[in-house]
Amino acid sequence: MRPLLALQEVPLSAGDTSWVLTSSALVMLMTVGLAFFYGGLVRPKSALNTIMMSVIALGLIGVQWVVFGYSISFSPGGPWLGGWSWVGFHGVGITADPTYSATIPLQAHAAFQGMFAIITPALISGAIVERMRFRGYVLFLLLWAALVYDPLAHWVWGIAGTGGWLFKRGALDFAGGTVVHLSAGVSAFVAAKMLGPRKDFQRAPLAPHNVPFVVLGAGLLWFGWFGFNAGSALAANGVAALAFVNTNTAAAAAVVTWGLLDLMRSGKVTAVGAATGAVVGLVGITPAAGFVSPMAAIAIGLICACISYGAIQIRSRSKLDDSLDVFSCHGLGGAAGALLTGVFASKLANPAGADGLLAGNPGQMVTQLVAVGAAIALSVVGTVVIMTIVKLTVGVRSNVREEITGLDLSEHGEEAYPGGVGIGEGVIFSATPAGSQSSR
Amino acid sequence: MKLITTVVRPERLPEVKAALFRAGVTGITLTRVSGHGGEHELLEQYRGATLVMEFHEKVKIEMACSEPFVEPTIAAILSSARTGEVGDGKIFVQPLETVVRIRTGERDNNALTAVNAAEVQRAAVAQLTGGK
Repeated sequence: MRPLLALQEVPLSAGDTSWVLTSSALVMLMTVGLAFFYGGLVRPKSALNTIMMSVIALGLIGVQWVVFGYSISFSPGGPWLGGWSWVGFHGVGITADPTYSATIPLQAHAAFQGMFAIITPALISGAIVERMRFRGYVLFLLLWAALVYDPLAHWVWGIAGTGGWLFKRGALDFAGGTVVHLSAGVSAFVAAKMLGPRKDFQRAPLAPHNVPFVVLGAGLLWFGWFGFNAGSALAANGVAALAFVNTNTAAAAAVVTWGLLDLMRSGKVTAVGAATGAVVGLVGITPAAGFVSPMAAIAIGLICACISYGAIQIRSRSKLDDSLDVFSCHGLGGAAGALLTGVFASKLANPAGADGLLAGNPGQMVTQLVAVGAAIALSVVGTVVIMTIVKLTVGVRSNVREEITGLDLSEHGEEAYPGGVGIGEGVIFSATPAGSQSSR
Repeated sequence: MKLITTVVRPERLPEVKAALFRAGVTGITLTRVSGHGGEHELLEQYRGATLVMEFHEKVKIEMACSEPFVEPTIAAILSSARTGEVGDGKIFVQPLETVVRIRTGERDNNALTAVNAAEVQRAAVAQLTGGK
């Protein structure tokens, strides 16, 4: 009934719809970018496994989202969880639902949010590379999406029905600083801790095997992030333009900051550092993108880069094998971004947004702190429960021999860089019994 | 007959190859190797990790020579591979018992001279004199 009414009242906007659909495609590309970003950072023997941990999310969560994920995140429900009325996209039509946006079809909103649901658990994979069973990871992914991501998305972004409780408190999260990055980063910390370090951790050099892949992946992430943040306006309007500008500005500021920190530490500006800095700046601006001015975006990029840079230095000397620093980049970057949103948000930048600390509204900081605390609590508890379930059922950890051989062979039966090319290693497998070929 | 094995800097390889060709040594085998000599270690930075690269990229060249070629070969390598810095490499000379050319079954000295050796040497020398 409601969508039909909306159709009669406000026609769909072609501009808004095409921007949200384009943004959905941009965010889809981010997961592939993440695969290359992470894949380049690991050793060659586990490159495919690392890439597959992102790619399989495109499959699994792509289905989960239609079957029930979107429903329990966004359909009318209570303060803690959405309802079941949109299971199987039932009632998710090609007309608008004014609760979310009066000018785009609800299916465009569902597709856009689905891409977020896909990349978020994939972000966690960077903490557990080169040692987690693939089947254990698959189970982890499905449980984490249902028990952590979907409820959290409902708390912050679910408007239909009574509305999520953090949404009602007025928590600001433009594109997913708490829902996506903080939750993934904190869960990464817990998962890495529970899984234990790689055998070679702090014993053998664990250098990135393909830095060009890392830069390529970061470039795809940056490109896709325009959809992630500017698309979160859910319209082709001024707020989308503001989010677009802020996204690029914060990433740029973080690249420069990271380069300077590299220079101070080792005398050289590194490519892995530039790629990491860009991602950290993008994480930091995500919750703030549509609420702050571009000058605030520079400050956010700079501050987040300093925090993550320092955290990486400390982490790499600690016993925590958060292998690709998901906690330092996404957890701390997301938390800092969420809190800085409470500092820099201003109705001068976006009249439909809110005022933060610097605009004379210290109460917003309290709300942001509550949201950050809630996201941390859900992520920690959820991940501990999920990792325990996985451990007790399909198992989480590869054995030592598989880890030494590399997970590409032990988990997928293929190699990123087969060693025997051109020198006649291996023979074609034939089902015919040995000896029968000699008769030819 | 001697088997001469030399380990040199990769960036000197074009000069070493030209010098060997001019000396008439045209049958050579190359391998990329990593070695540790007295050189300073390289530092690489990846995020929080600093890695010490203890091994340096080198090129190993192997060639089998008949006796009259041994000293000219050593001289050619010395003149072309030397930079004077630590890490220029080594030359190892070992006795060689038998050499067999797979294509013909020829043995020892008959198997040692490449079919186009004279041609390769002429081209190498011409390049040198033509350049001047």
